[in-house]
Amino acid sequence: MRVALFIPCFIDQLYPNVGIAMVTVLRRLKVDVYYPPEQTCCGQPAFNTGYWDEACTLAKRYVDIFAEADAIVSPSGSCTAMVRNFYPELLGKATKTTAHTYEFAEFLVKHLGVTDVGARFPQRVTYHDSCHALRELRLKDEPRQLLRKVQGLELVEMDQPETCCGFGGTFSVKFPMISYAMDEVKVTSIQSTGAQYVVSTDSSCLMQIDGYLRRQNLPIKTISLAEVLAST
Amino acid sequence: MTTPTLQQFERDATAKTADLRHRAVIQKNIATYQASVARGRVRFADWPNARSRAATIKWDTINHLDRYLEQFETNVLANGGHVFWAETAADARAHVLQLARLHGVKKVVKSKSMTTEEIHLNDALEAAGVRAVETDLGEYICQLRGEHPYHIITPVMHLTKADIAQTFQEKLGTPLTDNAEELTMIARAKLRHEFLTADMGITGGNFAIADTGMIALTENEGNARLTFSLPRVHVAIVGIEKLIPRLEDLALFWPLLADSGTGQLMTAYSSLIGGPRQEHEADGPQEFHVILLDNGRTRLLADAEQRDALHCIRCGACLNACPVYKNIGGHAYGTTYQGPIGSVITPHLRDAHDWAHLPYASSLCGACTDACPVRIDLHHHLLHNRRNAVRRGFDNPIQRFLFRAWLCAMLSPVRYAVAATLGAFALRRGWAGPLLKPWTARRDFPTPPKQSFRDYWRKNERRA
Repeated sequence: MRVALFIPCFIDQLYPNVGIAMVTVLRRLKVDVYYPPEQTCCGQPAFNTGYWDEACTLAKRYVDIFAEADAIVSPSGSCTAMVRNFYPELLGKATKTTAHTYEFAEFLVKHLGVTDVGARFPQRVTYHDSCHALRELRLKDEPRQLLRKVQGLELVEMDQPETCCGFGGTFSVKFPMISYAMDEVKVTSIQSTGAQYVVSTDSSCLMQIDGYLRRQNLPIKTISLAEVLAST
Repeated sequence: MTTPTLQQFERDATAKTADLRHRAVIQKNIATYQASVARGRVRFADWPNARSRAATIKWDTINHLDRYLEQFETNVLANGGHVFWAETAADARAHVLQLARLHGVKKVVKSKSMTTEEIHLNDALEAAGVRAVETDLGEYICQLRGEHPYHIITPVMHLTKADIAQTFQEKLGTPLTDNAEELTMIARAKLRHEFLTADMGITGGNFAIADTGMIALTENEGNARLTFSLPRVHVAIVGIEKLIPRLEDLALFWPLLADSGTGQLMTAYSSLIGGPRQEHEADGPQEFHVILLDNGRTRLLADAEQRDALHCIRCGACLNACPVYKNIGGHAYGTTYQGPIGSVITPHLRDAHDWAHLPYASSLCGACTDACPVRIDLHHHLLHNRRNAVRRGFDNPIQRFLFRAWLCAMLSPVRYAVAATLGAFALRRGWAGPLLKPWTARRDFPTPPKQSFRDYWRKNERRA
């Protein structure tokens, strides 16, 4: 099976360690991966802002670039949802490539049937459901199953883990007051768990949460699920 | 592009999101709602299937609306009622005023109706010298305060008991109390007299039933029942999308609406109005009029992609699920219908340009879509509205240019890398630029690392 890595643009540029962690875990599970270097962005920022023609151009590009892969794995529920749920609307049809694009936790649990990846992370963590992973890809238990198998990890649920962090891409700069208030509500909920780390499938949510935590000098750290799973 | 409606929205949203007392009140009231919905939901043997069935019935209704509307009209007429087809809000208002004149109406009692809010009926009545009294407790409080409903189901969700007591003291001169029953009794004492002396009762309609020509009303206070049965004339103003095909469909829709609206199995009062008083009947109005309101709904009906937004039964579940609503509150939207459904339908029902910003005021989290009892794909419709706004040229030209430039960069890994390097250079020096400023004003943006993933891969992983 040829498994391609789809590393979304902001992970490539801002959070490369998330991509590297995903590769580490996949290699540990003896999955052969490759990285098509032509990839750039899935087009979600344009799509969500209403520029569907621009997004469609990038959708076609994605389908070409990943045409040879049997499966495409990405450490982002959001970008995976863009490809699997929204490309078919842009392109007028689903293709093998769009249908076989998976979020990392989803790929591990649903396709490899693995929940214990041999990780160790002795910390108290809380899990934030990313909206796209949860409501577009319907991944609720899969990330938690993986976390529960991590040695030493204590998972504490926050109040309303399913409430949006307020990022929403261009929404967060178009309506920063709303986005900030949502961020504040989310962080309050995270704080009440007493967790040292907040974990999510999506680094965009974590960027939003981390931006608030750091500005307020709060002691909680953010970490992607991939990085937790890569820890030993 | 910037419009006065957008500027107003930004001002109101800024004020409300900074108002922590408002946030606390709303979160508490919505948490109470959510707890009772959760308790109520278990009474459905198969909730997902109930939603699907409701969506299927609504789909059939909306896609054959012409037929069902005519069937409804035929049956209302056969029952001795009257039907008026109002194409616009002005048509509906004019017809109500004409009926008021014809019957020498001095005072109208109203039960809760969002369609009358939509057509600004109270203002028109007052201007014509007819006193309009809201009789739903929440709406009555709104009227005393000179406010519009904050929520389509719970008009004063933003108020505490203390706020209401204060309103009553200021407007009615009653003593302050934090006892809900005492507050209710104050309103009841005032309203009883209004019911007995009103000449016309105006209601909305939760459902209009095609095969019997009936209007179904749900309520918890008994005020709607008094509104349509005591005065001489009853006028029901109903959006054309409120049709359901058969009386038996209420077996599903009544509990569905009660559960999603308030977490009840059924509301305290459920009424079916089949026409004016018949000879053998003891009470009821002498005349029964139904105004079928279009007011932009047929524009939405003509849009096959978004037509299902007309499935809405106005339960308010999407508002209660919406994190944006919970932070900006109902008034900031500036619309009759707030929250996700309002942001979907308002650009269709009203000026598309003036309201183009509302679909953008969402993180697209999708909680609304999951909450909707008739499975309207709300957050995807917000995306459709955004696309339509761009296609119609309502977008900011600078933004348009930036997305074209961005696309140009994304089409080539080399240009992408150059753009990323420039961006990282700026960010490391703390230049967020006007694009990121709104975000970085109150949050720390991550510092781009020295090495991107693609650099890492090129150096460490690339194999022949």
